[in-house]
Amino acid sequence: MNVDKVSDAAASPQLRQPFIELGLRENEYEAIREILGRRPTSSELAMYSVMWSEHCSYKSSKVHLRQFGSKVPKNDSMLVGIGENAGVVDIGQGWAVTFKVESHNHPSYVEPYQGAATGIGGIVRDIISMGARPVAVMDPLRFGDPEHPDTRRVLTGIVSGIGGYGNCLGLPNIGGEIVFDPSYQGNPLVNALCVGTMKHKDIHLAKATGIGNAVILYGARTGGDGIGGVSVLASETFDADGPAKRPSVQVGDPFMEKLLIECTLEVLHAGLVEGIQDLGGAGISCATSELASNGEGGMHVWLDRVLLRDSTLSPEEILMSESQERMCAVVEPAKIDAFMAVCEKWDVEAVVIGEVNNSGRLTVEWHGEEIVNVPPRSVAHDGPVYERPYARPDWMDARQTSGPENLVRPKSASEVKQTWLTMTGTPNLASKSWVTSQYDRYVMGNTVLSQPEDSGMIRVDEVTGLGVAVSTDCNARFVALDPYKGAQLALAESYRNVAVTGAKPLAVTNCLNFGSPEDPAVMWQFEQAVTGLADACLEMGTPVTGGNVSFYNQTGEVAIHPTPVIGVLGVIENVERRTPMAWGLDGEFVYVLGTTRDELAGSEWAHAIHAHLGGRPPILDLQSEMALADILVAGSAQELFSAAHDVSEGGIAQTLAEMAMRSGVGVRLAVPAGLDSFTFLWSESATRAIVVVKQNRNDEFLALCESKEFPVTRIGAVDSLSKSIELAGVFGETISLDITELRAISEETLPRLFG
Amino acid sequence: MTPRVGVITFPGSLDDKDAARAVQLAGGESVSLWHADADLHSVDAVVLPGGFSYGDYLRCGAIAKFAPVMEKLVDAANGGLPILGICNGFQVLTESYLLPGALTRNDHLHFICRDQKLRIENNSSAWTSNFEVGQEILIPLKNGEGGYVADENTLDELEGEGRVIARYLEINPNGSRRDIAGITNARGNVVGIMPHPEHAVEKLTGPTTDGLGFFTSLLSSLVKTGKVSA
Repeated sequence: MNVDKVSDAAASPQLRQPFIELGLRENEYEAIREILGRRPTSSELAMYSVMWSEHCSYKSSKVHLRQFGSKVPKNDSMLVGIGENAGVVDIGQGWAVTFKVESHNHPSYVEPYQGAATGIGGIVRDIISMGARPVAVMDPLRFGDPEHPDTRRVLTGIVSGIGGYGNCLGLPNIGGEIVFDPSYQGNPLVNALCVGTMKHKDIHLAKATGIGNAVILYGARTGGDGIGGVSVLASETFDADGPAKRPSVQVGDPFMEKLLIECTLEVLHAGLVEGIQDLGGAGISCATSELASNGEGGMHVWLDRVLLRDSTLSPEEILMSESQERMCAVVEPAKIDAFMAVCEKWDVEAVVIGEVNNSGRLTVEWHGEEIVNVPPRSVAHDGPVYERPYARPDWMDARQTSGPENLVRPKSASEVKQTWLTMTGTPNLASKSWVTSQYDRYVMGNTVLSQPEDSGMIRVDEVTGLGVAVSTDCNARFVALDPYKGAQLALAESYRNVAVTGAKPLAVTNCLNFGSPEDPAVMWQFEQAVTGLADACLEMGTPVTGGNVSFYNQTGEVAIHPTPVIGVLGVIENVERRTPMAWGLDGEFVYVLGTTRDELAGSEWAHAIHAHLGGRPPILDLQSEMALADILVAGSAQELFSAAHDVSEGGIAQTLAEMAMRSGVGVRLAVPAGLDSFTFLWSESATRAIVVVKQNRNDEFLALCESKEFPVTRIGAVDSLSKSIELAGVFGETISLDITELRAISEETLPRLFG
Repeated sequence: MTPRVGVITFPGSLDDKDAARAVQLAGGESVSLWHADADLHSVDAVVLPGGFSYGDYLRCGAIAKFAPVMEKLVDAANGGLPILGICNGFQVLTESYLLPGALTRNDHLHFICRDQKLRIENNSSAWTSNFEVGQEILIPLKNGEGGYVADENTLDELEGEGRVIARYLEINPNGSRRDIAGITNARGNVVGIMPHPEHAVEKLTGPTTDGLGFFTSLLSSLVKTGKVSA
């Protein structure tokens, strides 16, 4: 094999190199030559090309993401902030939680099963590399038109991949989202969130400290899969012919990942590791350069020691491979034997591939020849930074002025009833159990709440009952109407979903899915969304602990709706007192918390019934949102509620339907004075929830609302003898919806489309 | 003396901690057994937990059958040691010929996780003695390959000898022949069940606490047979 050595690079400065094919721009190639004072070797070029990709370097987003660092709310819970593999939050009693959401969008469109599977694998390794035991996963998903034939290929593959990998890994899948919109037809979104727990003392960071320490690569062998995944696949727009980059998608082995989790936690808890890093995007290039850059600043790697699945791989391919289920650890020489013994116990292959030094260089040799000699920071951290031009597009005016005011609304009691039945079965509002029943929600035995509840909730401490709740949300139509407000509305919804279950919202993670950053309109959406989110996090006191940016989510000129998926994590001192969504006992009063206005822009009703998107998103007052959360959390702590459920997509109609379907018993309600039945049922005004208050606790509940000056309206009572929702005040009549019929409609949609 | 119940962890076992928790909640002491162990550490009973042992590559349970600990387990089973195989553990028991038949891919070809209603058919096995025959219980089911199959003679024999311990009610979730959810060997000490009793032991995390009955049954059986004192 002819290998391009460092000495060759000095000797042949004018050699043409395929930097364009590797995804680098001309100016970036020139910058590499300047850093090195010569042309890069082909191996160095491979490393820079993957590490300077949009996916790894955040070169277009960095200037905006700085706001998450500068607008940090005062919050004593943060133990590890942005920049590490995942942020870490203190939840009390000596426990810490780490959580993060990441995208695996492009691979999942090209090869849905493996793309979605390895998306879970990657985020799980981020969590274990912090020293935490993964305890749950969630998957926020976006698909195109449910009736489009390709949606079936994509959805069924992705769901099988998530199930196939996650179930075999032994992590409960406790929530997430499934949303359909034609804007995702050429670019579905597959985000994956993982939550991990640990004791404070077990937190670990990715750095190569200690001169003379060994760098050990362990886990699966390195193969030819996923080469250029981050640069060629994740950082470019699909062309109009659609996806054809299948060799860039990695192939997952969940069994190996399970062994890797157990093996990694065992070596960490035994104190055998100085620094640790997972191998995900950009593989060995990323792990070695980041470890070296964060540590003593130097590392030497014997690349020919890497265990291979395919002995014909070139050094460039080995450096770029994104083979899954691999980790890199920095281990003191005296502890290598003990480390290897743990690996052997778990049947995990491991090999020393490098050594930490203080040379200030990352050097790589291949059978005695030096093929890489670079400053590690220049690869890992000092990549290009772009101030991409951004501008509010002209079409925003037209979009914001064409509101939903003239859309035809139901005009009689029977039309209201028919609309309600229709809405219950739209793909976005219908039951997702056909999907979620393909995921294991029980494994580990600590799942307190899972889909379709507002948040997933996990018991962290079996003795004290300490737990965490996590929700992910984003109504991308709101973001499309106003990216600043829309991102804040996504945060508010996620925050509310956590509070509804009785947990106090504590910290935020995000997965910012956008179109091409080279389009000033997309870049404007991004800038607005990040600013909106950072401002809201500051005001609400919930710091962003980490996240992920996914650009180039478009096919040709058509970008997805801007979709900043927001994950919020909350803490609950005792999960026994969580508030479920199924309403409780006969005669208990049902209340709406919050104000319902005529706000239908971006609503599911406008989308599903009229295929309309225009106007301005609902009003959002963050202080009011915090007051609502205070009531929900305090009410839970005082055990005032037998049920609570957030109002969002589909309005109060959907909230009521879901609570009824979950409990199986009926309710008698009336449209409150001052509201017409349509607005009451389908407006998507923010900052609302429905609660059911226990008998004899109504005075305390109302006093609590009073103390927060928060609007509350009693709308009716639970009727456990009835099997229907009865609503009076609908065009002067009372309508009745049979719960069995609602259930049948709700549960029929997804199996009909995809079963 | 508290009964000691071993829970075997194979590489890829997932519900081992859940099984241990269930044993403890029932009043037993759980003992971790490792797939490479050469003996059973003098336990009074063994649970083979759910999961994907060895990735379930080749065939579910097919590789686990060759684990070092299994050699001792087969001998112990034949000697009367109470053994419960749950889900993947049931698959390991059929692969090891401790129970007849096999578990095959669900007839609808999807993994399914649901709260499943069962009817208890046999309360004379070591793991079901605290139930009533005909009792209906609700416990989680989660599998991709849970369709119980056997030839007609075997099925007739199982039914004729009362060795079907539980059947699916309302929905047959995986195409199991004759709605069979669990079976026992002739002696009644080895039980395999596809649904997961260990996930229904706490009101907080399970649909019911019906699953606890399998573990309290074991403890009762051990007392009755004089293996441990009351």
